[in-house]
Amino acid sequence: MSGSLWLIPILPVIGFLINGLLGSRMPKKAVSFIACGVVAVAFVLSGLAVIELAGMPAGQRYMENRLATWVPPVDAGGGAKGLAVDWLFTLDPLSAVMILIVTGVGLLIHIYSVGYMWEEPGYWRYFTYLNLFMAMMLTLVLGGSFAVMFVGWEGVGLCSYLLIGYFYWKPDCADAGRKAFITNRIGDLAFVIGTLTLFSYFGTLEFRPILHAVTTGQGPQWVLTVVALCLFGGACGKSAQIPLYVWLPDAMAGPTPVSALIHAATMVTAGVYMVCRLAPLYLAAPAALTVMACVGAATALFAATIGLAQDDIKKVLAYSTVSQLGYMFLAAGVGAFSGAIFHLTTHAFFKALLFLGSGAVIHALHHEQDMMKMGGLRKQLPTTYKVFLCGWVAIAGVPLTSGFFSKDEILWKAFQWSPVIWAVGAITAVLTAFYMTRLMGLTFWGKSRMDHHTEQHVHEVGPAMKWPLVILAGLALVGGFLSVPASLWHMPFTLEAWLEPVFNPATYAALGGTTGGAMGGDAAELAGHAEEAGSAAEYGLMLLMSLLAVLTMWFGFNLYDKTPEKAAAFKKRFAGVYNVLKNKYWVDEIYDALVIQNFYRLSRAAHWFDVSVVDGAVHLVRNLTVGFSYLSVFWDTWVVDGLVNLAGRTVRAGSGGLRKLQTGLLQSYASAMVFGLFVLICFYMYVS
Amino acid sequence: MIPTSHILVFSLALFTIGLIGVLTRRNAIIVMMGIELMLNSANINFIAFSQKLGDLAGQVFSIFTIVVAAGEVAVGLAIIISLYRNKDSINVDDMNIMKG
Repeated sequence: MSGSLWLIPILPVIGFLINGLLGSRMPKKAVSFIACGVVAVAFVLSGLAVIELAGMPAGQRYMENRLATWVPPVDAGGGAKGLAVDWLFTLDPLSAVMILIVTGVGLLIHIYSVGYMWEEPGYWRYFTYLNLFMAMMLTLVLGGSFAVMFVGWEGVGLCSYLLIGYFYWKPDCADAGRKAFITNRIGDLAFVIGTLTLFSYFGTLEFRPILHAVTTGQGPQWVLTVVALCLFGGACGKSAQIPLYVWLPDAMAGPTPVSALIHAATMVTAGVYMVCRLAPLYLAAPAALTVMACVGAATALFAATIGLAQDDIKKVLAYSTVSQLGYMFLAAGVGAFSGAIFHLTTHAFFKALLFLGSGAVIHALHHEQDMMKMGGLRKQLPTTYKVFLCGWVAIAGVPLTSGFFSKDEILWKAFQWSPVIWAVGAITAVLTAFYMTRLMGLTFWGKSRMDHHTEQHVHEVGPAMKWPLVILAGLALVGGFLSVPASLWHMPFTLEAWLEPVFNPATYAALGGTTGGAMGGDAAELAGHAEEAGSAAEYGLMLLMSLLAVLTMWFGFNLYDKTPEKAAAFKKRFAGVYNVLKNKYWVDEIYDALVIQNFYRLSRAAHWFDVSVVDGAVHLVRNLTVGFSYLSVFWDTWVVDGLVNLAGRTVRAGSGGLRKLQTGLLQSYASAMVFGLFVLICFYMYVS
Repeated sequence: MIPTSHILVFSLALFTIGLIGVLTRRNAIIVMMGIELMLNSANINFIAFSQKLGDLAGQVFSIFTIVVAAGEVAVGLAIIISLYRNKDSINVDDMNIMKG
């Protein structure tokens, strides 16, 4: 299997090529079959690969597939190593989790899309992009070096751009696509700087040698910190953290399954994945970890408050996604990398579910996204309502659902690190529970606020959309059992234990040949001790969070189902705060004034410079050339041509005289001859 | 016996008349006649010196000259006829296509 890892990302490429080249001439059923088929096969292959990986001993779960040389090694001279890049695909427990999420959730969303996009124009184009996205995302998570990862990193960015702007004839969608692309470029710049700095210090772009060098103490501390911050900057762009989060809410202009797949479950988690992949590097740069924890916490809280006041159902979910991504960075920042990946996994389940569910609602209401024009859909859309309930309890963190376990793990680690960060996380969790309840209330509970025409045509989803929803609902409910905390219940399998070798610096330190396996065991043991010691506090926090979540949900349910007028009064009373939140703290406007307008000014200044100085210089050169040409013409006409003409005229004048001699008349020639004879005779007679 | 000098003067007069005819007349036939006169004046010179020196070779030469002159006349007249056919004229001034 390790020799054929490349098959996993290449399969969607095949689907991309077939649909991209021939899709416009194929029936929709064939397009759907190919698009879903390649992803299904990729899922099966991923499963096989992961099973093989799981069969290896715990500390050595690693496969690599060096497919081909991309950039051949160049001798930079002086013993320095030049750039050498291989198409290296690797599989370790972390990428195993990621490929299962990507192909699994991706497959469900592909199937869902068949139902959702059936009536839309450019059906084949949609699946072409979606398959390309799958290929790029798999390249990203399987890539064993920064270079290969960057191919996927930029590839998913491109697909995101293409899919956000899918309805390219609507200016809003096209603008949103551009915004996403450009905002990501800023992050990518930081990413590239970080990558190249690593290369310049360690002479390679592959993860394992770099992490080995880092864990064995090579490379100065400040370089590690700078690199870690730069790479985190890249993650901020891709994973929508402050200050680069602004593109994600706008990205909701794309089709809803795209929001589920790219902007909730997979692509936006690439930043989290990258940070976790480089966990030992971040552990070696504590300052960067602190920054990450603070940015993550700030984003989580900030986005959650905005989510409280949005009326567009997808906008609520978008801000919720930003907030949950902040949670993941918070987790990574406090050193709970497995918590981050665990939350990434459960978030992929319940947020994909919520997005797909909202897609079902939007589909049912003929592209109505404003929650103020919904309400009371519980009876008309029973299936959608039920799956939405599952997503709701999962994201709010009701005990035993997936969100409960993952949030709990993060909050517990955050509490050990700093109670302030924990408090921010806890408030975010409460806000999350509240805005999700509000979303449920405005959409499904209370009385209908739809107009008559829409209400008549509400229809439940078809089977292609229903079954993915049901499966995801199941995963959202039970996904948490992937990693039950040891203090609660000893499970044979926990994600934490599975991922532990990837995040443990000892694993990489041992790569050079020194024995470090035992050390890894020690570290795990130490972690276990810490957990035992704190379990009383852990139970307390767990209970507190569960209680807070359930109370918030109960409060919200009463408010929006039973007494919607109270909610309206509440809104009026805090009109000031509400306006701030509704307008998203005017961040877009501030960015517009601070960055975009100044950028325009810079552009105009550059334009002025171009027109007056650069063009001026060009015109000057042109004018000088023209002037010199006139001089040259003068010289040529009067001097050079004059000499030639003079020669011509001289010859002509001379020959004009001689020409008269040749009269053509025989008699004149004869006369001349006689005259000549006469002269000759005279000469002989008188001279000689 | 006529003195040789008389004959030579006669010959010279005849040559001069022929030369003037060639140089001054415009009719091609008359020009040819001038040429014949000059040839015959040369014949008279041959015969005069043949008589004076008692050598018959001069007279033989003059016979040759008459034969050649006959051929020359034949060719010359043919050229003039050909010219006439082309130009409708036998005026030598019209035959100036070699003019530079």
